[in-house]
Amino acid sequence: MNVASFAPLAVVLPLLGAALTFLLIRHSQAQRAVSIGLLSLTLLLECWLLASVWEGGTAAVNIGGWLPPWGIVLVVDQFSSLMLVVSSAVSLAVLVYATGQGMADGDQDAPVSIFHPTYLILVAGVSNAFLSGDLFNLYVGFEILLTASYVLITLGGTGPRIRAGVTYVVVSVVSSVLFLIAIAMIYGATGTVNMADLAIKLAELDQGTRTVLHVLLLVAFGIKAAVFPLSFWLPDSYPTAPAPVTAVFAGLLTKVGVYAMVRTETLLFPGDTLNTPLMVAALLTMVVGILGALAQTDIKRLLSFTLVSHIGYMVFGLAMSSVAGLGAAVFYVAHHITIQTSLFLVTGLIERRGGSSSMDRVAGLAKLSPVLGVLFFVPAMNLAGIPPFSGFLGKLGLLQAGVQLGTPLAYALVAGGVLTSLLTLLAIARVWNRAFWRKPEDAEHPDPVLLAGPEDSATGDRAGKSNVTLLPRTMVGSTLGLVVFGVALTVFAGPLFKVADQSAQVMLDRSSYIQAVLGEDAPVPVIANPAQDPQQGPQLAQQPGQQQGGQK
Amino acid sequence: MSVNLTLLTVMGALYACAIYLILERSLTRVLLGLMLLANATNLLILATGGYAGLAPMFSKDIDPREFNDPLPQALILTSIVISFAVTAFMLGIIYRTWVLARQDEILDDLEDLRVAETPSFDAEDDAEIPVETSEFPWTMIGSDGTGISDTPAGAGTATVTVGDLTIKADDAAAEEQPGARNVASGPEEDKK
Repeated sequence: MNVASFAPLAVVLPLLGAALTFLLIRHSQAQRAVSIGLLSLTLLLECWLLASVWEGGTAAVNIGGWLPPWGIVLVVDQFSSLMLVVSSAVSLAVLVYATGQGMADGDQDAPVSIFHPTYLILVAGVSNAFLSGDLFNLYVGFEILLTASYVLITLGGTGPRIRAGVTYVVVSVVSSVLFLIAIAMIYGATGTVNMADLAIKLAELDQGTRTVLHVLLLVAFGIKAAVFPLSFWLPDSYPTAPAPVTAVFAGLLTKVGVYAMVRTETLLFPGDTLNTPLMVAALLTMVVGILGALAQTDIKRLLSFTLVSHIGYMVFGLAMSSVAGLGAAVFYVAHHITIQTSLFLVTGLIERRGGSSSMDRVAGLAKLSPVLGVLFFVPAMNLAGIPPFSGFLGKLGLLQAGVQLGTPLAYALVAGGVLTSLLTLLAIARVWNRAFWRKPEDAEHPDPVLLAGPEDSATGDRAGKSNVTLLPRTMVGSTLGLVVFGVALTVFAGPLFKVADQSAQVMLDRSSYIQAVLGEDAPVPVIANPAQDPQQGPQLAQQPGQQQGGQK
Repeated sequence: MSVNLTLLTVMGALYACAIYLILERSLTRVLLGLMLLANATNLLILATGGYAGLAPMFSKDIDPREFNDPLPQALILTSIVISFAVTAFMLGIIYRTWVLARQDEILDDLEDLRVAETPSFDAEDDAEIPVETSEFPWTMIGSDGTGISDTPAGAGTATVTVGDLTIKADDAAAEEQPGARNVASGPEEDKK
């Protein structure tokens, strides 16, 4: 039985859920049940998909029975199914958090009735992008998730959200058009948009044409993934959205861009002609991003900048195009989706408990709500890369791979990576010192919620009561679930790293992907045609030797 | 058969106008720019289909090379639908901006401006306060050689320079005392 036959369900189930929840728009109870139920079902399905390719292997399914390279293909391999599972787990946690918030607030802050259908469409778009084996279908996946995200980021239509939404929509549309232009050019040059077919046909093009196509795709994905010179839009647009929306955006949307970069880099353009510019971009992304974070006082904006900064690590791993580097990048993506989302969820809780998300205005939370302290501390240390957390393991893998590569630029990136990690710790420690360790009285213009401590006899009753609704159990529970999931990534880092390394090997080898899509007898091109590409042949021939030496 | 130069010229003109319009500050013009951008790209996709040919209705008598490539047209249809949705959404946003602000200009990000104006000096982190602020001041244990005293050294006369403000050291120290509430007007308000 071909496991991939069930892969379309990962897209169809959330879409079905979106239709159902749209019909149930007046019954919020039923809406919640349907969306949570269907998303859990999708997660189970994706876990099964991951389990079936855990030991390796690639499966493909032709949608509508159209044979590739003409029809649309969905491909399940270790990388895509791992991304599916992590993204669905994260979206489920955020969905539970959002329903908790909706129930606690009486649905006043956000029109939650439209939230559920839109959210499920977003999940469907993300799944489609991860599964797609066809460049144009990838574009459609991007458009599905982007259109849903336009609605989510402007939810409620308040002034700041509209302002942030405009930046976000215009930048996203421009990046999508760039992607579309790239697809048109690629189709003009090769006559196909099937990625496996492209892997064969792009190798036959001359170097100049290939570089143009490569750069076009990289710029389009670079905007979506927020790689440094193209990351300006992210900290402006994310923080104003409602907490759960920011959390899911931070976790998933940029990572879909990173996923698309990894796929196209490894499958379509496996030479390393653009690896040097990519490495420079990675270095700048890391350092400039984290310097931006240090200047912020709003915790959400600070986290948005750390998000940009840590995209640099993934691009670094990708640009090394060695098994060790790519494997570490795959692991890092999975780790970062979970951690960044949980930090944004906790920030939502901080905003509820402290009345503000500015670290000047909140203080003393460690005493007011120790649970919140633990929920913030664990993912924060994880993000900063303190041993033994998964952030440390991922960074260690990347740095080891960088040292193995041994070029001066790789060493510069290793140094930049360590510096970024330290500066992340500094940024996070500032939040911790101010929001958690200061006395509430030391905050500037503190919110009354913050000062009404339980020991305050005049307001003790109110504070005691409001503490329950300030931190609803559903919201704390779902955040706790995600934090535990992040810790589980640390506990099971061994097998996870094994799968990540295997998937990196499969992606760099390419034969498994191409044969799964085009059939066993498809001609797998030798990586970068040496006849047309004399400078690439020897470099790539060396690489397997390097990697094997390095892994021991 | 030849490449359709008119279409390519139109495409170029559309791209140029689109980029010009997107760089405007008025949202309606930005929307027009986005629409032009999408249409220019549609023309580009059309151009990648190659030379014009017959409608792709298969018949055995016709040489396959005579047919037009149908795939770019399918791609264009998809892209038209998507840009239609985006246009509708942008119109909604523009209307909402009009309702909220009575203008359709892109507004500045206030938090950005605030961060840009913030001096590198942070009163809380960086101020040098000559008066001991801990719960066990040196003066109380007599380490400064003047004997035990409850009065901090230089009380009343010492000043602290915070950025470009000069604050009485007593005020600055009082704010740093554990348990102090910022109820009295702080140094920032004094200046105003």
